[in-house]
Amino acid sequence: MTRDRIPLVLGAIVLAVIAAGPWIPQWALFILTIAFAKGLVALGLMLFLRAGLVSFGQALYYCLGAYAAGAIGLYFRVSDIFLQMLAGGAAAGIAALVLGFLLARYRGIFFGLLSLALSMILYGLLVKNETLGSTDGFNIMPSTLFGVRPGPEWVRYAVTVAAAAVAMGCALLVHRYLNTPLGRLAPAIKDNEIRVEYMGASARQAIHVKYVIAGAVAGIGGALAATTVGHIDPEMSYWTTSGEFIFITILAGTGSVVAPFVGAAIFGAIHTTAYDLSPNTWQLTLGTSLLLLIVFLPNGLWSLFTRRRAG
Amino acid sequence: MAAILDAQGLSKSFGAVTAASNINAAIEKDSVVGLIGTNGAGKTTFINMITGYLKPDAGAIHYEGRDITRLAPRDITRLGICRSFQIPQLYSSLTVRENMLIALGIVLRNAGLGGFFSRGEPRVPGYDAGVHEVAERILERFGLTPYRDKNAQVLPGGVRKLLDIALTMAAKPRILLLDEPTSGVSAEEKFGIMEMVMKAVKAEGATVLFVEHDMEVVARFAQRVLAFYDGRIIADAPPDAALRDPEVKRYVVGAVRA
Repeated sequence: MTRDRIPLVLGAIVLAVIAAGPWIPQWALFILTIAFAKGLVALGLMLFLRAGLVSFGQALYYCLGAYAAGAIGLYFRVSDIFLQMLAGGAAAGIAALVLGFLLARYRGIFFGLLSLALSMILYGLLVKNETLGSTDGFNIMPSTLFGVRPGPEWVRYAVTVAAAAVAMGCALLVHRYLNTPLGRLAPAIKDNEIRVEYMGASARQAIHVKYVIAGAVAGIGGALAATTVGHIDPEMSYWTTSGEFIFITILAGTGSVVAPFVGAAIFGAIHTTAYDLSPNTWQLTLGTSLLLLIVFLPNGLWSLFTRRRAG
Repeated sequence: MAAILDAQGLSKSFGAVTAASNINAAIEKDSVVGLIGTNGAGKTTFINMITGYLKPDAGAIHYEGRDITRLAPRDITRLGICRSFQIPQLYSSLTVRENMLIALGIVLRNAGLGGFFSRGEPRVPGYDAGVHEVAERILERFGLTPYRDKNAQVLPGGVRKLLDIALTMAAKPRILLLDEPTSGVSAEEKFGIMEMVMKAVKAEGATVLFVEHDMEVVARFAQRVLAFYDGRIIADAPPDAALRDPEVKRYVVGAVRA
């Protein structure tokens, strides 16, 4: 059996961010932090994709996480970044636990569209809610770390390091989950659910667990994005946001828990470059890159690593 | 000898079609029972009712004195009643070895082992070894080692059957239900498959019910035969007597040979 290198890789990513962070320009730190946030959502989608499911509504939990992080500032004056992420993850995780009783019963297009419908219900509710700023949303309290607000030149760095630590911590936990018998069941559920049941396991329960994990990590990602951008609005729950997460997941592939973060970083880079070069047609560049990827690397960017190892 | 499985008054209809009509059968522990009958006679319906896939309209099934009639398939499996399928149900995108690892993973999970908080490699209950070693052992026992790294979907028919049965056996069932273990397999392979399965069963000590159309296989491996016709059991006797029964000759053996 080969040695599991993933914990080392995740640790190395955190150390690299800590060490190289002070030399990375502020705008790049921003992109990196957002990549960690979106990577967390894609990490959850990866769990679904392994079991043969696609959620077109994961933005629901991303948005819930963001609003929960904003709400604890608004109502309790809490601005600690770790508490914001905790609140985001908890709110989204609890919502996923409840909605999971419904969603875990469905497969294929029904699972996808039902998740889309739920995210659009949240969007509708937020748009109609004047207290939470309606379509304008509201600004989130500037984040602090353990009660301290770093100086302006260090804020981005501190937030990025916190993002890296939390995101890689989540990835490590998901990696450990994937190595449990329940976690390993995903391809079996995708292939033959009847057989899974006749072996004495519950496919529905396995999917429910994945749904809660995916919801919680998406919530943490949403809280992180909210505190990084400093603003929250209902667009975070809109279906195009969910589409972006699917884009990242397909770009990354499902080979490893590191892949979603690599995918999110590359997505951020393509998005920024495309927008910089041509602000009016950046979607064209994004679409073309996805098209090329599906044609030439159908198993995502991560297959480049596994293919090289196999060869 | 005490009955491990007791079906009393099982009936099942699908609209106007009666698939099972007042079926009574007590299965003794460690026995090997062959279920015969033409297509549509009710053999698979009987197996589907025991394994919880179908719920009978009337009657009850007791396993070691416990009523299991309304339990879900996975709960019945967890009690030790496992089945194989007429059409092998495999994880076709995975290799033979990965198929076995999934099966053993479920065994671990049902025993509460190998969870998120457990440390080290858990030992599979009943085997006293880790999953990887146990997987190799089972594959070896069923002659599947040469195919271990092949994808399940590219396997020859006989090997698919064997893998399907091997996956079922991984949980060390107390009762093993085999739905046509030799159908779709060449005449030469039939006895080989059954011998391998029976050897494994003998080593594990399980009660076996198998559905079979080949009377030679039935005569050689079954200790008792239940002959089905039109949703009823028309004969319940040792193979020699059952296969000589005039009704069985008329409705089952003759029909199969025709």
